[in-house]
Parts: sequence; C-alpha cells; structure tokens
Amino acid sequence: MSERGLRIDIEGLGLRYGQTDVLRDIDLHIGAGERLCLVGPNGAGKSSLLRCLTGLVDPTSGGVALDGKALDAVERSAIARSISVVPSGVDLPFSMRVEEVVQLGRIPHENPFTGATDEDHRAVAAALARVGIEELRGRDVRELSMGERQLVLVAMAVAQGGRLIVLDEPTVHLDLRHQVEVLSMLTRLTDDGLTVLAVLHDLPLAAHFFPRLVLLDGGRLVADGAPAEVLSPARIRDVYRVDPRFVPALA
Amino acid sequence: MTTTDLARQHAPVRRGSLEALRRRPVVLGLAGLLVLAVAIVAGVGLGTVHISPSETIAILAHRLGWGAEETWAQSSETIVVTLRLPRVLTALIVGLGLSVAGVTFQGLLRNPLADPYILGTASGAALGAAIGVLIPIQIAWLGLGLVNILAFVGALAAIALVYRVAGGGGRSTMTSILLTGYAVGSMLAAGLSLAMYLSGSQLRQIFNYLLGSLAGSDWQSLLIGLPIVITGTVLILARARSLNGLLLGDDTALHLGVDVRRERAILLGLASLVTAAAVSLAGLIGFVGLVVPHVIRLIVGPNARVVLPLSAIFGGAFLIIADLGARMAGELPVGIITAVIGAPIFVMLLRRYRTGYQL
Repeated sequence: MSERGLRIDIEGLGLRYGQTDVLRDIDLHIGAGERLCLVGPNGAGKSSLLRCLTGLVDPTSGGVALDGKALDAVERSAIARSISVVPSGVDLPFSMRVEEVVQLGRIPHENPFTGATDEDHRAVAAALARVGIEELRGRDVRELSMGERQLVLVAMAVAQGGRLIVLDEPTVHLDLRHQVEVLSMLTRLTDDGLTVLAVLHDLPLAAHFFPRLVLLDGGRLVADGAPAEVLSPARIRDVYRVDPRFVPALA
Repeated sequence: MTTTDLARQHAPVRRGSLEALRRRPVVLGLAGLLVLAVAIVAGVGLGTVHISPSETIAILAHRLGWGAEETWAQSSETIVVTLRLPRVLTALIVGLGLSVAGVTFQGLLRNPLADPYILGTASGAALGAAIGVLIPIQIAWLGLGLVNILAFVGALAAIALVYRVAGGGGRSTMTSILLTGYAVGSMLAAGLSLAMYLSGSQLRQIFNYLLGSLAGSDWQSLLIGLPIVITGTVLILARARSLNGLLLGDDTALHLGVDVRRERAILLGLASLVTAAAVSLAGLIGFVGLVVPHVIRLIVGPNARVVLPLSAIFGGAFLIIADLGARMAGELPVGIITAVIGAPIFVMLLRRYRTGYQL
C-alpha cells in the first residue's frame, strides 16, 4: 500500500464541560505515518482529546486540522473516510457474522441506493486478510474470544479506509498474548503508511510498541517524546502518584 | 489451503439451503414474490363463494388491461373487484408497512423486542379511534371515516409527544425515548380505558378496532393509505445505510459518517407515518411487525438493505394468508390469527437467541 497517513495539527485546543476544563491549551502535531500513544491517568482528558480529534465534540477553543484543513470545515462523511475509529467495544443488538461487521466499515463509501459494490467487497476481503482473520469471516461474533473480537473491530476500521486509525484502549479485557497481537497489528498498519493514534493504560506495552508517547494530566499535555523521556520515574511519581517501581520496564 | 477451505473447516454447520439463501438473498426475494402472488390469488379466490384460480387470474388480468375473454359470471367479477381485491391489497399494504416499520424500530432502538407500536403509536391510535367512535356526528373525508382519521392522527400525535418529551432533538438516548414511549403509552391507554368505560353500547366497535380487522377494507381508504405506506417504505429503504450504522451505537455510527441525530429523527418519523397509516386502515394487528423482521433477519443476517425489502414482501404475504385464515374461520379478527401464529414463533426465537451481547 502506497497511501500516506493523515497529518494532524492540534493548536491551542481547549474543551470545557460546564465549569470544568477537560482539556487546556493542547498543542500536538502528528506527522503522516506516525504511531503515537496517548497515556495518562483516568480523567486526564485522553478520550476527550480523541473525541475532539474525530469531530464528535467541538472544542471550546483552538482547533484541529487534518492535512492542513480545519476539521470543522470537513463534512462528517468526509471525516469518516479519512479517520477510522476502532471502538473499545460494541453492543450488537442482533446476531452478526464477522464479515458483516467488517462490512459496516464501508458505510461511508457505500452508495445509499445501490449498496455495497465490488470495490467494497474487495476492501472487506483485504481488511480481513491484513488483520489475519480471514478464517473467521463466517463466524458469529459472539462465538469469538475477546481478542478475536477486538481484531474484528480493527478489521472494520481498516475496511473503512481511513488514513488515520484511532483506538481508545484497544487492549482492555485482553490477556497478554492478545494485547501483543493487537499492538503488533498496529505496527503493521504504520508499515502500510497509515497514521496510528491510540490510548493505552499499560505503560510498558505503550513504551514497547510506540516510538512516541504523549502524556496528559489534568487536561494538559505534560510530556511529548520518546518513551524513555516521557516516562521518567519522576513523572510517574508526579502524574500517577505511584512508586515508579510499579512500572518495572522503565525503572 | 485457500481461504474458502479454511472457512469451511471453521464453520462446519454453515451449509445447507438456509446458508445458500443467505448468500443469495435475491433468490429468497423471488420466492417471496411467488408466495405473495399465490397468496393474492388464493385470498381473492377463496371464500364463501369459491372462484377458481384460473378464473381469478383471468379477472385480475382483465382488470389490469391484459385482454382475457370475459368467460366468467358478472357476480364473480363483482366479488373479486369490489369485495375481495381491496381487502387482499389492504392486507398486503398493512402487512408490508408493519414489517418495514418493525425493522426500522428494532434497528433504531437497537432492541430486538421493539415493534411498530412500541413508542405509544398503538395507544394513540386506539384512543383516537375510540374518540372517533364516541363522537356522535358522522364525518367523512375523502371516503375515510372519522375512526380512521383519528386513529391516524392519534398514532402520530403519540409519537410526536414521546419525541418532544424525551427531548429527541437533543442529546437524549434511545433508552430515554423508549422509556418515555412506555410512559406516554400507559397514559394514553388509561384514556382508552376511560373511553371504553364510558362507551356503553359502542364498546364493541372500539373492541373490534383493538383486535384489528380487514373486514372494513374498501378501495377509497386503500388508495389513501397505499401511497403513504409505499412512499414511507421507499424512503426508509433509501436510508438502509444509516440504519446499518446505527446498529453499532451512536458514537460508532458518527465515526462511520452517519449524522445520528438527523437520521434517527427522519427514520423515526417515516416509520411512525407508515405505522399510523397501517393502523388507521386495519386497527391494531399485532406480531406481524415483530416476528416477520426477526424471521427474515435470522435467515439473511441483519443488513437492513436486505432485511427491509424481504420483510416487506413476506410481511405482506403473511398478513394476506392470516386474513384468509380469519375469513375461513368465520370472520375472526385477524389480530387473533397473527398472534396465534406469531407468538409461538417469537417464543421459539427468544429461546434460541438471547437479546444482545457484547462485542
């Protein structure tokens, strides 16, 4: 795949719910094809930042630009063709098969009247192959393990064809092997040229799989850089308020 | 080993005719049209006066302007054209409309237990019809009785009230709309009980409406109801994509480019309009809008683009056949027949499929 990832520029971004500042003055530039992980304690504003970035909420101040174009000037369907978001979990009301779920990723491309075209079917097949779950295509999703389900959602995002893949805690509920499997998948997506942005709680895994970490705390961006730089013992103590020895890989 | 081999190896139970239909839903659609055609001919031909299938087809073809020598008695043609055909076509439209509305409500509410009546339309229509029965003056407009008109208005008023109270235009979830629908429905049902209590000798007329019947069908009301149901159905079909996106919940639908708030309002409005037209034509006929979409979904999977047209075809055929059964059993209310057939199917489905799960 020769397609290049999406470039994101966030400048002076602030978000306020009622009297609470959820995000304050965030400046963040993510280059095309980068793989970046947002880390930080609960309530630091990681998910809110993702919501601003994907156009789900409008920031109170500042703004987001995709490839230099202001996000609020881009239509929702166009955003959906540029940014694929992997949900951290989905409640399905009906029994569905893997390929049917992955097919839903093609919604932003489908013609409202004619439905899925050959191109859509090819994209679904390619996504299943890229994520390595072709053999699951006919299975009912509820027969799958949590790890397999997460891969199905990643495949749906790949089928969606976004040049940026966003994941909010993709490894929650997964055992170590499946966490590694999902995160290795993300490195392959950046190998394809896509930009990948994830939120993770597991600091050692984040440090291992992402060349660049961004640490948020209390709605502010407190550190941005290589894992060893960002996750210094002093910062672990300040931000997470735990003894840095609990993060052995970094100690 | 190729992918297909792997798929077979991993899914050994997925063979047989049902799986073939799932892969080729068009075949199921054609089969449905055939069933529908047979149901129409049977529905028109069978009754206290039997008219043979060939004669029925000849009369229908004649009416459609396809030649055919007139070899039948004039009385047969009268029975077919003025009595049975409007009734069969009304059954078709009502069954089709309720099934399409059922698919839409189930998808919108992300709730497999939803049916077209879930947001208070049934109680609203029933209260409207009861008021129509109780008002002592006879008003007819475009050939529609006051009962039909007030049932239609009542159904739409109920859903509009639910939508307003739940704040449907804002950030309200479908759960709050569902709960509001239940509350408003209960309130309207109380009004209906009061109307029935006060109705005296007219109780039976209200009761007939509640049970649902196609006995009162005629061309005039059909020709008013038909365009509403068909237009609503076509417009819903054109939004199948949004309905599919909404299966995944609001946030994921937004991420897939679905304007959730707008699409939800439009789909809710269209499905309510179709439901209102159906209940004003035939009263409250249960289980069609609940069971038909489920059976179809069970065979072809949840893709609304496939489920909607198939539910329309089979829903129409099902109600024609149920109404035929009702007539053969000496004019039982058709709602009884659909419930007798539908309830066991529904229980069976519930036992096989638990209502939702995590992915």
